[in-house]
Amino acid sequence: MATTNLADKLDDLGIVVGAKAANWQEAITFAGDALVRSGITTDQYTGEMIDAVTRLGPYIVIAPGIALAHSRPSPAVLRSGLSWVQLATPVEFGNPKNDPVSLIIGLAATDHEGHLAIMSALAAVLMNEVTMLKLRAAKNTEEVRALLN
Amino acid sequence: MGIGTSILLKMNAEKVLDTLGIEAEVEAADIGVAKGFGRIADIMLTSQDLAEEIGDVPAKVVVINNFFDLEEIKNKLDNAINN
Repeated sequence: MATTNLADKLDDLGIVVGAKAANWQEAITFAGDALVRSGITTDQYTGEMIDAVTRLGPYIVIAPGIALAHSRPSPAVLRSGLSWVQLATPVEFGNPKNDPVSLIIGLAATDHEGHLAIMSALAAVLMNEVTMLKLRAAKNTEEVRALLN
Repeated sequence: MGIGTSILLKMNAEKVLDTLGIEAEVEAADIGVAKGFGRIADIMLTSQDLAEEIGDVPAKVVVINNFFDLEEIKNKLDNAINN
């Protein structure tokens, strides 16, 4: 299976550094807006991602400080891809183990296979401590993009 | 909702099972089908919020807090398999 380069799946428009979110809905909206700007989803998907957390709780905060916003494949997804939003100040999602969130990733896939390829590439990055330290220190989108390559 | 986070967990569960030398079938499922799987699986790994959503099923429901923490997954899987 060909490895997916994360940077390929991330439009420049899909990376945001220093975003200021007042609450978790705003944080998810930033991730959703970045997906829309990249032509990955429509606005509707942002609402779907927020709905998921409203209904099921902050299950998307899957590791300390990291949230993976997503919803199931739907007509609101135009192509598989992700967005990467680093928050200027951490935000509470109501997840006692993993709050507060400082990195929110928006994930959209058109089908199951699309999810799989992206998740493998994403996991490799997120589980690399050195890369994560550098990413947290990144000051702009170019630096983030270079680190994700 | 979407299956995204469970794929992450499946990947890491498979890594852990590999190191434990255990052969197992691992399936990722979104919350819609998770309850159904709960009737046929031995063990289900999930987050706290979704464990509450899944409720009572025959499978052993194991809560994983950090999907990237292989130690946590290993300890909890080990525990669930051997008890």
